[in-house]
Amino acid sequence: MAMLDFERKYRIRGGTLIGGDHFDFWVGPLYVGFFGITTLVFSLLGTALIVYGAAIGPTWNLWQISIAPPDLSYGLGFAPLKHGGLWQWITICAVGAFVSWALREVEICRKLGIGYHVPFAFSFAIFAYVTLVVIRPFLLGAWGHGFPYGIFSHLDWVSNVGYQYLHFHYNPAHMIAISFFFTTTLALALHGAVILSAANPPAGEVVKGAEHENTFFRDIVGYSVGALGIHRLGLFLAISAAFWSAICILISGPFWTRGWPEWWSWWLDLPIWR
Amino acid sequence: MKRLHTHLVRLAAASACVLLASCEAPPMTSQQIGYRGVAMEQNYHPATYKATQAKNVPPPVIPSMGSSGPLAVNTYKNIKVLTDLTVPEMTRVMLAMTAWVAPADKSCGYCHAADMASDEIYQKVVARRMLQMVRNINSNWGGHVANNGVTCYTCHRGQQVPARVWYINPAEKELPLLGDRALQNSPAKSVGLTSLPYDPFPSFLLSGHDLKVAATTALPAGDRKSIKQAEWTYGLMMNISAGLGVNCTYCHNSRSFRDWDQSTPARARAWHAIRMVRQLNNDYLAPLASVFPPERLGPTGDTAKVNCGTCHQGVFKPMYGQGGGADYPELREKPKAVTAASSTAGRSGAGAP
Repeated sequence: MAMLDFERKYRIRGGTLIGGDHFDFWVGPLYVGFFGITTLVFSLLGTALIVYGAAIGPTWNLWQISIAPPDLSYGLGFAPLKHGGLWQWITICAVGAFVSWALREVEICRKLGIGYHVPFAFSFAIFAYVTLVVIRPFLLGAWGHGFPYGIFSHLDWVSNVGYQYLHFHYNPAHMIAISFFFTTTLALALHGAVILSAANPPAGEVVKGAEHENTFFRDIVGYSVGALGIHRLGLFLAISAAFWSAICILISGPFWTRGWPEWWSWWLDLPIWR
Repeated sequence: MKRLHTHLVRLAAASACVLLASCEAPPMTSQQIGYRGVAMEQNYHPATYKATQAKNVPPPVIPSMGSSGPLAVNTYKNIKVLTDLTVPEMTRVMLAMTAWVAPADKSCGYCHAADMASDEIYQKVVARRMLQMVRNINSNWGGHVANNGVTCYTCHRGQQVPARVWYINPAEKELPLLGDRALQNSPAKSVGLTSLPYDPFPSFLLSGHDLKVAATTALPAGDRKSIKQAEWTYGLMMNISAGLGVNCTYCHNSRSFRDWDQSTPARARAWHAIRMVRQLNNDYLAPLASVFPPERLGPTGDTAKVNCGTCHQGVFKPMYGQGGGADYPELREKPKAVTAASSTAGRSGAGAP
C-alpha cells in the first residue's frame, strides 16, 4: 500500500512502552505495536463472548440482546458463565481493550513527539466506564451492581438506578455533569458554526480568517476565547463532563443510599435561612 | 494571583469536606428485587438501618388469659363494640391499650372516669371508634395486612397522637407576581424535600382521585392527564417512599411504572393500602372532628389523619413484620359477630354509635 505523505513523519521507529522493536511495525497504514495486538485479542474475545451470550439467550433481536451481570449474591466472586460469568469476562475484555487502545495512543504520541492530550482525554471516558462496572460495584460489594450489556437493557438499568435514589436530577454531581455536557455541545455548536461560516463565504468573497472570527464573537458576546483557546476549552468541558458523570454514579450507592432530594437538607438547614 | 489560587484551593477543599460530610460512608448493603442487571434494588446504610431497627421493636406481647368466661357485654355496662369478647379477652385488650397508648401517669384514667361505663372522657369515645377501625383492618383488609394485621401500637408506639399524621393545610395565599404556585417549590418533608406539591393527601387519601398518570399509548390519543397531575401523584409517591423507607424500585420497574406485569407484588399490596387508608380517613378519622377538643384538631378544624408512614414509620413492614395483630385474636372480628360489628362500623358513626 502506498504511503500517504504525512506517514513519513508518523512511521518512526521507537517510542514503544513494551516489547521494544518486536511489535513496532505497520499493517498497511495502521500501526500495530504490543497494545495494538492486545486491543485486537481483547476485542475479538469480548465480541465472541457477547455473541455466545446472545446465542444462549432468548433472542437475536439486536435491541433486546442483553448480557446481564451476576446476582448480587455472588458478591465480588466469580459467577458461573451462564449466570453472569460471561458479563465478568466481557468486562475484563472491555477494560483490557480500552486501556490497550489508550496505551497504543500513548506510543503514537511518543513517536510523533506530541503531547499526551488524546490518550489523556480518552482516559476520562475509560474512567467513566471503569467506575460503572468496576469501582462502584467493588465499593458496593458485588459485581451485580454493574450495568447489563444490551441496547435496551442498559437504558432500563440507568432508569432504575436513577429511581433507586428517587430523583437523580437532585444528585449534585449529576447537575455538574449535565451542565458540562450541555456546555460542551454549546461550545461545539458555536465553534463549528463560526468555522463553517468563515470557511464558506458567499460567492465572490474571500475565506475569512481568525481575526474575523474573533471580531464576530466580540460583537455578539463581548469576548472571543481565540482559535487555540476554544480547543483547550473544548477539552476541559468534555473531560469535565465525563469526569463528573463518573463521580455522580460513584457517589450514588457507595456514599449515599437515600433519595437525592433528601441530600439537600444541609442546604435547607443552613443557619442563614433555616 | 498566587494568593487567589491558594484561597480557591482552600475554598474547594472546605466545600468538598462539607459535601462529603453530608454523605454516608461505605460499605453499604443492597437487596436485589428483580432479575440480575435490572437494578431493582433497595440500598441501606448499615448504621442508619440499625438505628431504624432499634426504633421499631415491638413491645412484649401481653399474655393471653384464655378465652373462656362470660361475655363482657353481659358483665360490664355500656359495651358497644367488643360485644363478641369474653371477660378475660376484654381485660387483655384493655391492658394492651393502656400499655400502648395511655400515658404512664394516667393509665386507665386516660379514658375511663370513676364510673368505668361512662362516656364522658372523649378519649374513650375515640378509642372505641379506633377499636372498630383496627378490627376492620384485621378482618377485612387482608389484601394489605395479610394475616399479620395491626394493633394500636402499630401507629401509636406509646404516644397518644401517632408520630406521622397529617392535617388539611389552609389554602395557600396567592403571592404577588408568582400567582398560584399549586403548592409547589417549597421543599417539605411530606414530599421528600422535592419541589413537588407538598400536600397530596387530601386528593388521594381522602378524595379518591385517580393516581394513574402514565399514558397507555405511545402517541397522544385522547389522554387528558397532565404533567401537573403527574406531579401530584409523584408527590404522594415520595411520601410513600419515605413512609416505607424504600425507593421507587420496591414496587415499580421504572421502564414502565404503570405496567402491572413488570411491577413487584409489593405494588399490589400498596394498591390495597391506598384504598384502605382512604376508608380509614373517611369512615373513622375525619368523622371524629366533633368528638376531639379543639387543641387536637388541625389548622382547618379537621382531625389527624393517616398515610402510609403512620403505620410503617419508615419501615417496609411495620416493626419488620413483628408485633402485629396476629398476636391478638381479640383485635379481629369474630366470625359469629361479623354482622353486629359491621353494623356499628357504618359511615354515619362519629364516635359512639
